[in-house]
Amino acid sequence: MFKYILKRIALSIVIVFVIATITFFLCHAIPGGPFDREKPLNPTILENLNKKYNLDKPLGEQYIDYMVDVAKLDLGPSYYYTNQTVNDFIERCFPVSFLLGVCAMLVAVVLGIPAGIISALKQNGWQDNILKILTTILVSLPNFVIASGLMYILGYKLELLPVALWGTPQQMIMPVLALSAYPLSYITKMMKSSMLEVMSSDYIRTARSKGVSKFMVTYKHALKNAILPVITVMGPMFAGIITGSLVVEKIFAIPGLGQQFTEAIFNRDYTMIMGLTIFYSILLISSILIVDIVYAIVDPRIKLGKEKVE
Amino acid sequence: MSKLLTVNELCTSFFTKFGEVKAVDHVSFELDKGEVLAIVGESGSGKSVTSMSIMGLVAKGGKIISGEIIFEDEDLAKKSEKELSKIRGKEIAMIFQDPMTCLNPVFTIGNQMEEVLKIHQKQLSKKERHAKMVEMLEKVGLANPLERLKQYPHELSGGMRQRIMIAMSLLCNPKLLIADEPTTALDVTIQAQIVDLMRDLKDEFNTAIILITHDLGVVAGIADKVAVMYAGEIVEEAKVDDLYYHPLHPYTWGLLKALPRLDMKENELRPIPGSTPDLLLERKGCPFFDRCEYAMECCKEHRPDKFVKENGHSVKCWRYHEDFKEVE
Repeated sequence: MFKYILKRIALSIVIVFVIATITFFLCHAIPGGPFDREKPLNPTILENLNKKYNLDKPLGEQYIDYMVDVAKLDLGPSYYYTNQTVNDFIERCFPVSFLLGVCAMLVAVVLGIPAGIISALKQNGWQDNILKILTTILVSLPNFVIASGLMYILGYKLELLPVALWGTPQQMIMPVLALSAYPLSYITKMMKSSMLEVMSSDYIRTARSKGVSKFMVTYKHALKNAILPVITVMGPMFAGIITGSLVVEKIFAIPGLGQQFTEAIFNRDYTMIMGLTIFYSILLISSILIVDIVYAIVDPRIKLGKEKVE
Repeated sequence: MSKLLTVNELCTSFFTKFGEVKAVDHVSFELDKGEVLAIVGESGSGKSVTSMSIMGLVAKGGKIISGEIIFEDEDLAKKSEKELSKIRGKEIAMIFQDPMTCLNPVFTIGNQMEEVLKIHQKQLSKKERHAKMVEMLEKVGLANPLERLKQYPHELSGGMRQRIMIAMSLLCNPKLLIADEPTTALDVTIQAQIVDLMRDLKDEFNTAIILITHDLGVVAGIADKVAVMYAGEIVEEAKVDDLYYHPLHPYTWGLLKALPRLDMKENELRPIPGSTPDLLLERKGCPFFDRCEYAMECCKEHRPDKFVKENGHSVKCWRYHEDFKEVE
């Protein structure tokens, strides 16, 4: 297993390298440059700027320089914000996005899994019907609608919570709720269908025929099987939630990475775009790797890296 | 001496959105200690539902409507879920058709076997439990029992898993073992081994067995009595030899004729024409009426009574009414 993980990490590095290359050339293929303004800059200034950031060199040379820096984990200076590096931005903004994402994911898992189980056990009962309606609404509403709704009701009308900004626990509640709505409903629905399938399987009948109580059948025999597909979606979902919080971050004026990303694209901030893309790919790849490892621990049928034996 | 199990006029129905399905319709039979009763019949004849009714594990939507299931002088049909779970696995154990899917894939064999002992024999220490599991695995003919306990179901073959299911079901020396098509999913050589194994274990533990199957070959190998089920009813019941040599019901004739034989011409099979009746429809007459080549006018309107011969051979068919005469 250890060997397998090493192999996967090596492979991940190759993937990140490919992503970096593609992003690099795509960025430079977009017409215009990082120093284009509404009022064109003085050509001498522009030339000096290009020289400072090595943008006057041939593209191939720039690419090699950049990749060497990336290999040294240096994502380069921002072209837009003077005297700040992309690494600074990630260090400053990522913890915010990460905290927001982790909280939202926790809410989704802690509420979603029991809700799914209840829904399955009381299929077509009132509990299930309420959950069905709720999850369908939450899955179909985009999170900016939920965010504005929360802001209007809790923030403006009832004045219970601060409408925006980041720092205090009260300020966290609304963005976390808005961000967790979709994963929460998704996990609930998935857990329910998975649980229903497992509960009607032969080994559950075997367990019942052994005299195992209903409670133990549900929480020992069924749960461990039913949770497997949920684990599969959780990794990419988590990566998505800490990177895709862009709209929610914008609405609540949270100084996270998502906001930086959109701005970087508008500003043609080459290094910022590339740096964040690489950073996000690393996050996504590692979350998938973690899911695979967790999966192998939970499901004995999966042996990592042993498919070629026998 | 009283019987181990007496099923009396058992009716189990499923309530679907199309109406009530009478899966088990006034079924009665008796079973002594150590006796093997085979219930045969085609798919959907109510064999499995009968056994699940005894276990109190009828699937969602199904319910025991009426009748008694007297097991050791107590009516299981009246027992609560909690009382039943004390009997399941201890007094009455069960093995199933498909050993590939009947064991939980995410727990080890040892864990799943130990569970039975943890529930029903709380006085045993961990060591004693372990010793008992190893002993039982040896009894069902598995090599390396210590190794097996640590393995997961997917690491074992179908025959091995069925042996494990049998070992698990016999851990508490149950008085009754219900085997629901235990050999159907296995290949023929393994089938024979499993039947032999069940017969040996029956002799050793004096366990009564209800064997549900549609394989008349398996029946001949192990059963004392046979009940033939059709459309939720037992249409004929007899000692195994009586049934094979002197079958009475036209359906049983059809079943025995349908058995492929060595001296038959290649590709020649003699199926019973037609299909089983729709259990959703209310019926008045004999359930086999549509398919029976001996059907009479009275069979259409009146459900046959049960006629019992002196040797205990019973049949539900108007041909055995005292007024019946063969017309040329």
